Amino acid sequence: MSNFPNSFSIPLDKWIDGIMEWLLINLEVFFDFIGFVILNVIVTFENLFLFIPWFIFIPLVGFLGWKFVGKKSIAITFMLMLLLIGSFGYWELSMKTLSLVITSVFFSLLIGIPHGVLMARSDKLESIMKPILDGMQTMPSFVYLIPALMFFGMGKVPAMFATIIYAIPPVIRLTNIGIRTVDKEVIEAALAYGASSKQVLFDVQIPLAKPSIMVGINQTTMMALSMVVIGSMIGAKGLGMEVLLAINRIEVGKGFEAGISIVILAIIIDRITFSFSKKR
Amino acid sequence: MEEKQIVIKELWKIFGKDPKRVLKNDNLGLTKTELKEKTGCVVGLKNINLEINKGEFYILMGLSGSGKSTLLRNIIRLVKPTSGDIVINNKNITKMTNDEILEFRKDTFGMVFQHYGLLPHLTVIDNVAFGLKIKGLSKEERYSKALEVIKTVGLSGWEYNYPGNLSGGMQQRVGIARALANDPDILLMDEPFSGLDPLIKREMQDELVELQDRLKKTIIFVTHDLHEALKLGDRIAILKDGEIVQIGKPEEIVTNPEDSYVKEFVKDASPAKVLTAGCVMEQPDVLIYSWEGPRTALTMLRSSNRKIAFVVNKHKEFLGVVNESALLKIIDNEPSATNIPKEIIKPRAFVHLDTLLEDMFHIMAKEPLPIAVIDENNKFKGKITTDILFENIIPLGGHNE
Ligand SMILES: Nc1ncnc2c1ncn2[C@@H]1O[C@H](COP(=O)(O)OP(=O)(O)O)[C@@H](O)[C@H]1O
Ligand SMILES: [Mg+2]
Repeated sequence: MSNFPNSFSIPLDKWIDGIMEWLLINLEVFFDFIGFVILNVIVTFENLFLFIPWFIFIPLVGFLGWKFVGKKSIAITFMLMLLLIGSFGYWELSMKTLSLVITSVFFSLLIGIPHGVLMARSDKLESIMKPILDGMQTMPSFVYLIPALMFFGMGKVPAMFATIIYAIPPVIRLTNIGIRTVDKEVIEAALAYGASSKQVLFDVQIPLAKPSIMVGINQTTMMALSMVVIGSMIGAKGLGMEVLLAINRIEVGKGFEAGISIVILAIIIDRITFSFSKKR
Repeated sequence: MEEKQIVIKELWKIFGKDPKRVLKNDNLGLTKTELKEKTGCVVGLKNINLEINKGEFYILMGLSGSGKSTLLRNIIRLVKPTSGDIVINNKNITKMTNDEILEFRKDTFGMVFQHYGLLPHLTVIDNVAFGLKIKGLSKEERYSKALEVIKTVGLSGWEYNYPGNLSGGMQQRVGIARALANDPDILLMDEPFSGLDPLIKREMQDELVELQDRLKKTIIFVTHDLHEALKLGDRIAILKDGEIVQIGKPEEIVTNPEDSYVKEFVKDASPAKVLTAGCVMEQPDVLIYSWEGPRTALTMLRSSNRKIAFVVNKHKEFLGVVNESALLKIIDNEPSATNIPKEIIKPRAFVHLDTLLEDMFHIMAKEPLPIAVIDENNKFKGKITTDILFENIIPLGGHNE
């Protein structure tokens, strides 16, 4: 009696597989196109970061740190940390990881900000999107790898696809909140002077929501970084893959170096993007 | 006939689902609370009818939630009326499409908000030029006009500061400058000075009055502060639960409150700040015409048992006062005099018809004698005595119960 009756089974797995199959067959061209676009953007960023020599890149990051975070000591720390990555022999892999992060953030913002704006302008859409976003954020990150693998096979593109999906909720959410919390009187003032709803959006709502949107960008970027590392499980080359290899070969020291490099990237990206949200 | 700038007819605003269904005959008589219970809808405005003249300083007054802001927002159609007509500059704005409304707002209105409604990410000059930018003017045109109005409101030198660095009073000056920059026909002001401290508030009120004298805009001004209303308004409309309960000149409102709600409002109005000489003056028992001669004057004085009286000339212009003994002396010395000679007419203080009682205290304090009231052409209109003055400064609530 302790066995659940075999005759009662809901074949959800079969249904989902069926849907996926249908999607794969019927939307093949569509997924090919998306894969093509993502790949090209990755390659462009990769070429860019690998083209810039380290002795220019490091001072450049130092300058950004000084300019945006606002302290010389921070700029110097950033530069020393990057030198450390170089000394581990992970410069090239770091640049690859960075280009993956930047590509996924690029797409996340491209898709996420307009969705946040739409969500802010419609209560109905908000009530539909909110539970979806909540669900997305509680889902374990590697779950996204499975459909990504099915659509795109192994490699960078599925890793990117999964990363974009995983990292997009914060920017949507915070764009929505930022726009919704703009002072109603300010919007009324703009309307009273004859502004159209487009003018209100671009001249009032988005500028005033900017700090909030920037916090969203910061969070999205951090999530993208963590997912890019996980994405190495399906073949995205970068620091994450080094950690994975080190685990397989039980090379604790190597894994540690790669891990530290990831943490360094995370700190630098976080500090710089976070500083944007503080600017007027 | 004064030119009408705004005519509002049978305006209703109901907030809630499907508001038109609420406007059925059997609902129209219900109070706000009854209607809320029956239909779930909130009455914003209930059958508003009013006319505002060009150049008028019109006050909307009432307790919080009485519908003042809603009425103001209907006029610029930030809130869409449920039914009724609003005609502005002979155009019915309730019939306009959205695009027409946008254009109409740009040309017609300037609006000032309680919390200023400024854009924190723009400098003072860009805030002031905001309406002009929306109108599509070039940066040069915008800035030259903006600089001009910034000067008008006394903010020169602050053009490139951000609103966040300015005091409340200064921020509201930016708000007013922004409204003036468009050169609108109508200024809408929603409790613009409520958030300011009393001294700044008074200063801004004085400046607004001055500005109005100069620019002759039509102003619709929302306030819940009676003294502000009385000080600024040409006319005051009092709202209660979305209905107008009384419309009148300031002195009509305080002297003749129509119901208990208005009475409650004007209870602690200080009449000295509202009533003018013209409202309270009395006619003198004797008025002496200088050309009638000393003998007639003397007879008139004696017949009314007076020792002294006001004198006017042929045009009824106020000259001063004469007393009995001076008249007697003249009659003795120059029995043939046909006119009262200037030398015996003594000067006497006078005030104008629109002088507030408040401003007469210091005159009366110096010399507690009856004073003359004259109009803008120096014509004698009446007199005010210390008795009259004191009778009229008892708080208004006092003699209504
Ligand atoms: N958008 C709205 N939705 C529902 N009710 C509203 C809305 N705006 C105003 N009201 C109601 O209309 C009434 C008048 O409000 P308002 O015009 O803001 O009053 P006042 O400006 O005199 O304080 C209030 O009862 C208020 O709750
Ligand atoms: Mg209000």
